[in-house]
Amino acid sequence: MTVEKPHTPQEAAELVAAALTADAPLEIIGTGSRRALGRPVSADRMLDMSGLTGISLHEPEELVLTAAAGTPLAEIEAALAEKGQMLAFEPPDFSHLLGGVEQGRGTLGGMVACGLSGPRRIRTGAVRDHVLGFAGITGRAEIFKSGGRVMKNVTGFDLSKLICGSWGSLAVLTEVTLKVLPAPEATATLRFRGLDARRAVRLMTAAMRAPAEVSGAAHLPADVHPDGSLTCIRLEGFAPSVMARAEMLKGLLAEFGTPEMMEDAESRIFWGKIRDVAPLADDRQAFVWRICCPPAQGGEVAETLREMILESRLFLDWAGGLIWLAVPPSAHASAEMVRGAISGTGGHAMLFRAPEDVRHRLPVFHPQPEPLAEVTARIRAAFDPRDILNPGRMHPSEKREG
Amino acid sequence: MSQPVMPGPDTSVITRKDEIARDLRELCPQAVVIVSPAELRAYETDGLTAYRQPPLLTVLPSDTGEVSRILRYCHEQEVRIVPRGAGTSLSGGALPLADAVLLAMTRFDRILDIDLDNRTATVQPGVTNLAITKAVEGEGFYYAPDPSSQIACTIGGNVAENAGGVHCLKYGLTTNNILGLEMVLVDGSVIRLGGKHLDPDGYDLLGLMIGSEGLMGVVTEVTVRLLPAPPCARAVLAGFDTAEDAGRCVAEIISAGIIPAGMEMMDRPAIHAAEAFVKAGYPLDVEALLIVEVDGPEVEVDDLTARVRRIATDCGARTLRVSQSEEERLRFWAGRKAAFPAVGRISPDYYCMDGTIPRNRLPEVLARIEEMSRQYGLDCANVFHAGDGNLHPLILYDANQADELERAEHFGADILRLCVEVGGVLTGEHGVGVEKRDLMPEMFSETDLKVQERVKCALDPGQLLNPGKVFPQLKGCGEITGFSVREIEERFPDIPRF
Repeated sequence: MTVEKPHTPQEAAELVAAALTADAPLEIIGTGSRRALGRPVSADRMLDMSGLTGISLHEPEELVLTAAAGTPLAEIEAALAEKGQMLAFEPPDFSHLLGGVEQGRGTLGGMVACGLSGPRRIRTGAVRDHVLGFAGITGRAEIFKSGGRVMKNVTGFDLSKLICGSWGSLAVLTEVTLKVLPAPEATATLRFRGLDARRAVRLMTAAMRAPAEVSGAAHLPADVHPDGSLTCIRLEGFAPSVMARAEMLKGLLAEFGTPEMMEDAESRIFWGKIRDVAPLADDRQAFVWRICCPPAQGGEVAETLREMILESRLFLDWAGGLIWLAVPPSAHASAEMVRGAISGTGGHAMLFRAPEDVRHRLPVFHPQPEPLAEVTARIRAAFDPRDILNPGRMHPSEKREG
Repeated sequence: MSQPVMPGPDTSVITRKDEIARDLRELCPQAVVIVSPAELRAYETDGLTAYRQPPLLTVLPSDTGEVSRILRYCHEQEVRIVPRGAGTSLSGGALPLADAVLLAMTRFDRILDIDLDNRTATVQPGVTNLAITKAVEGEGFYYAPDPSSQIACTIGGNVAENAGGVHCLKYGLTTNNILGLEMVLVDGSVIRLGGKHLDPDGYDLLGLMIGSEGLMGVVTEVTVRLLPAPPCARAVLAGFDTAEDAGRCVAEIISAGIIPAGMEMMDRPAIHAAEAFVKAGYPLDVEALLIVEVDGPEVEVDDLTARVRRIATDCGARTLRVSQSEEERLRFWAGRKAAFPAVGRISPDYYCMDGTIPRNRLPEVLARIEEMSRQYGLDCANVFHAGDGNLHPLILYDANQADELERAEHFGADILRLCVEVGGVLTGEHGVGVEKRDLMPEMFSETDLKVQERVKCALDPGQLLNPGKVFPQLKGCGEITGFSVREIEERFPDIPRF
């Protein structure tokens, strides 16, 4: 594998141009921390973007930060923490789950390209809700930008949304501008014990229906938490408000038992584990699915999955709307059962961790019905007509995989 | 106002008007097809009333199947289509074309499903913004984005324009509050994006469609995110001697970690116009007025109100009042929400701009607007969504005075150029439409625009949907989507060879 490492957007554009003239596709990486996600890319050459680094703008009182796409996420989070701010969508650290601890937290560009968010997504939105603008290079070797650095902007198409979660298949990111938010002054977590998944989802639904501004709602069944199931509700904000909302919820949720209050430090560790899918990370052999469904249906879906797939283990985040499922390794990865279980809900499932040959063979992303698949292909062709950027990462590339 | 240059009408389509009307009636027996010039006049403009053009004909379909059949027919016949909701666009987004079918979605007015356990409402696109909140407020919920036209504007139009409101900093724009769409593409095919779940299953086409100004498809169903209504809200009214002081107060509030539900600023002309109109109790001896609203549990509101008061005092607030009742809070807002009509009372006409700037550039921007105001000989009142940087200068003019109109337009364009120059954008919430179309190159390079246009071409290669909006020049899709390696070799003569 040849690795090309540009240090400026211009150098990166030249490398894309060289790839086009040689008809030699590129696999785009930052530190490689998310390389095991998606389908394996059909390319012999890597475009290593970790050479474009640095925070060029951070104006805390404007809630805005701009950095080069290769900037380590850890560096950005440290700069924000210094000013009492954060990336509100809690970008996960999958290094333990995917087995690449040495690559660390990855880069800003990788975070945006994968578009994955943590527990606070139910309160503050996803990565896509915080990208104000970006610059990048199309698969035609053009340097372009979209969006801006202000909170409210409807000038032109909202390509920031499109680029989030496009897995490097539309453009090589060179710079990203983010909305950043104040970190909460106080955190409290209510912990309920002994509920099954259905009842836990009822609890989380009741909490979400209340004006309590819940910023995390997760359920760990006994199979991933041997001391007995946990159902946790997180509240964040100004201290007096957090206490008032906690009291309100205790009253409202009395039928589910009396919760314990997790202290700040313990709470931080707990939600970090939920964010990083730690409860399923240790069994290295199991395949892992990421399932999105309507939150109130999460309990039903979870019970169905558990009954259908022997020796599966799972936990729920996003008040039931996100299910992380580990299944025993197999050639079919239980794909039909997983996708069957959510077929009536409008939700979708991604094969998140599996060996490369399995991710090559099976649809990693949820298969799309026809008009939609066609639209996806045409949008990709608009940005990258020659399948030069991350071919095959999302869907098989006819051109590159024969 | 000077009429924008629109794509030249296809006379062969215009001569086929009767035939097209007959075909559409046959395809959609339940739809209303309007052809008489007198009735079509009702559709000749939207909220940007300076631009007028009756459509070829207007169709009011009643279900998704009809929309699909109409689009497929227009696609096959190469007839242009302009979608329209309530027609409240301030950027001419629904301005008809002489050779285009106007697709009016007002009959799609049903609320289909309210699912409080999933915190969603699924509605047809002709439902008004406010009607969604009205349908769920009894249960303690609401739909957050609240454009000033919320009584009239439809959710379908909100989706097309990515509408904002006064609560965007805390609660986001339309795009942050929509979970699912059903839409019809130009060839008549129907797609569903999102649903009641979070995150897309592929490209975020939902996010791409929201704010695409009717250029990519016609929305036939919308699933919105509902929020539990905050138990308490209170507003602080603070008057300052200078815009700098008020601006510093805004920055200090945010630096203190407070994200207010709403934070609005008005300058002296806007304060006076609003006070004369609604008697909100605004101080008249200040240069800048801030309304800061905090919401949440009562204890949080108490706490934050005290913090905001302290910060405002430290920043030199000359008057400071906290709403003591819900009536008073609404009165504080009444002046701000009526600012546009209030200015309409003191001037025969006004032209509303919609740029966004980095907040900390506000004093400088206001000073330069004042300078331009002198230079153009036209007064200007400013209302500012101070939380998110969205500035609405209202240029006062009299259309009956020779050249005032033209001066107002030039003044407006200069303001938007200034917004871009200080790091901001041309439009924060009203959309590009026809109004700001020709200013797009101020903000975007030719390549930036080409990248956007190619996305349009991917969805509508014949450019039949809402042509003449958003992009300054209507290039043929073939011209911008083509690709050859030779072109790369010309652009990069010296690149290394792999």
